[in-house]
Amino acid sequence: MTARATDRQRKLAFTFVAWAVATLIFFPILWTVLTSFKTEADAVAIPPKFLFFDWTTDNYAEVWERTDYLRHFRNSVIISLGSSLIGLCIAIPAAWALAFSPTRRTRGVLMWMLSTKMLPAVGVLVPIYLLFKRAGLLDTRTGLVIVLMLSNLPIMVWMLFTYFKEIPRDILEAARMDGATPGRELLHILTPMALPGIASTLLLNVILAWNESFWTLNLTAASTGPLTAFIASFSAPEGLFYAKLSAASTLAIAPIVILGWLSQKQLVRGLTFGAVK
Amino acid sequence: MTMSKRLLALSVGLASIFTAWASADTLTIATVNNGDMIRMQRLAVEFTRQYPEIELRWVTLEENLLRQRVTVDVATQGGQYDVMTVGNYEVPIWAAQNWLVPLEDLGEDFASDDLLPAIADSLSYEGKLYAAPFYAESALTMYRTDLFEQAGLTMPKHPTWSFIREAAERITDRDNGMYGICLRGKAGWGENMAFVSSLAHSWGGRWFDMNWQPQLQSTAWRDAVSFYVGLLREYGPPGASTNGFNENLALFQGGKCGIWIDASVAASFVSDPRQSSVHDRVDFALFPSRVQVQNHGNWLWAWSFAIPAASQNIDAAKRFVAWATGKSYLRLVAAESGWADAPPGTRQSLYASAEYQQAAPFADIVLQAIEAADTHSPSVLETPYVGGNFVSIAPYQGIGTVVGQQLSAAVAGQITTREALANAQYVAEREMARARYID
Repeated sequence: MTARATDRQRKLAFTFVAWAVATLIFFPILWTVLTSFKTEADAVAIPPKFLFFDWTTDNYAEVWERTDYLRHFRNSVIISLGSSLIGLCIAIPAAWALAFSPTRRTRGVLMWMLSTKMLPAVGVLVPIYLLFKRAGLLDTRTGLVIVLMLSNLPIMVWMLFTYFKEIPRDILEAARMDGATPGRELLHILTPMALPGIASTLLLNVILAWNESFWTLNLTAASTGPLTAFIASFSAPEGLFYAKLSAASTLAIAPIVILGWLSQKQLVRGLTFGAVK
Repeated sequence: MTMSKRLLALSVGLASIFTAWASADTLTIATVNNGDMIRMQRLAVEFTRQYPEIELRWVTLEENLLRQRVTVDVATQGGQYDVMTVGNYEVPIWAAQNWLVPLEDLGEDFASDDLLPAIADSLSYEGKLYAAPFYAESALTMYRTDLFEQAGLTMPKHPTWSFIREAAERITDRDNGMYGICLRGKAGWGENMAFVSSLAHSWGGRWFDMNWQPQLQSTAWRDAVSFYVGLLREYGPPGASTNGFNENLALFQGGKCGIWIDASVAASFVSDPRQSSVHDRVDFALFPSRVQVQNHGNWLWAWSFAIPAASQNIDAAKRFVAWATGKSYLRLVAAESGWADAPPGTRQSLYASAEYQQAAPFADIVLQAIEAADTHSPSVLETPYVGGNFVSIAPYQGIGTVVGQQLSAAVAGQITTREALANAQYVAEREMARARYID
């Protein structure tokens, strides 16, 4: 067997494995979408029906009729974008300071930030609820923007710190020699150079905030519930609901899947930044 | 009309519009997602027509999430909700904490003396009603008449557990995907423990003795749980340890179960030709009991509306609760979608109605099951608690969930029944000590 043939076989094997893994990951989404077009009886049929069933759009019609999708969608957009943008404004200077003015405690500070993500959120639910009640932030978008921004801030700082570390210090020193102030250095030198990293951090945090369901479900009531609350309203303990729940889930994830699809190049580029030298 | 008069009229008009707008009450109602509640939300336009000054806003959630949300809100006096959908588990606990408003003056149409006594009793604390029942349920034995006929079996009206076992054995045909019995196996205090708790009571057991000592290793509990685990492992469907109400509903409706013992609300689902393939081959009997033990488990659950004490709109909330749970609402549902869709289990007048009896052939057995449930004496032994399919004390949610996990593991074959009950007893003792019920 020639080296070229072996190479081709290896390539084929890798392609097959890649497709198998991708299919495995994508299958739950595909199944949700398919279920959303079934009747409730077909959704729980044994054995399961894959493609050959009576396709119906009734679930979408009912979901649309029963709830105000656009209000939930608007809330999701405001909360996820708002928390990510404000978080970025705090995370960029923090990551810049940690990356370019390191001290012996930098690593400890970074680890401490990350450790706050390890605390189960339910452990602080009651104190946060009481704080929000006193501040009048329950069932407000402002409250959710604050809590999601704070909960995702450690990830933003970590991601940006990783990107900034890859930028040669010499460039910043050259700028300083030319008289750049810290503000100008951050705004005109560092930020444009780290733009792919900043963009992917923003995108990833929008996705995280969009999908966040603990705080968005526990701190909202009738006014500001985002799409997570929209999905939760279709789950039922007694009675068949899988097809309607799937329709609601499909409507909720569609915008973020499309955003991820459109920005996949930037996301992959940002996430693999510095991985290969 | 002069200019100044016109301006005056305009100002008065604007002022009255503004006053009407400013005085409008907005009620935030937290509720569960089920057919009856969704129908009520649709029919609420009628309420808004009667009370245009009251605006309704809905928060519809899955049961566990709803419970978490309203519990945090009521305990912190958050005031996020004006009306909460709660069950008879929460009502006595919350009423004792003064977290709920007593419902004493809901008007003539509410007619509290028309409520089924067992239901009114389960929603009262120290003689006062603290929640108005919207719909209620007990538990039933649902079975396939065609399979019973083929197997030469006749279901008694008051079946015993030994008969259920015999019937399940004779109906099971694993090669053809037919399972003798479907029961809840999914872990959770409202899932498998609703069934097991009633089973243990019907077996003559109790959760706690009069000193609040857990009794999970008593003979009655050991026998009842061994029976349950054995029944599911021998005659239940594959993966029974993960089956809850909905999974068993799907199996029964799909013709895969000979017997299903679960909440009586299922009677209307399995009899509905639009969703059940066995709708014309189903009949019902009471929740089984053990031979010589006069106890049918005392399963009783009532989804009800309560008004938290922290609500800023108590008067408007009372008007809504009276409307949604009053006698006129049942007539409204009947007029809109037929008597079969009337929320069951709450009013004597509903069961006295010939139209309802005709539309819901299972009405009599459901009424019997509800009337037979005595939540104040759930066991033949003396108990310090009220309940049946649960125990109405605050630590029960945690205890019930952990015990449920142990029993689910036993059904899955991961541990033995003896190990499951030993672990359950340990956790129950620990949690009761933490809650200061025992030393």
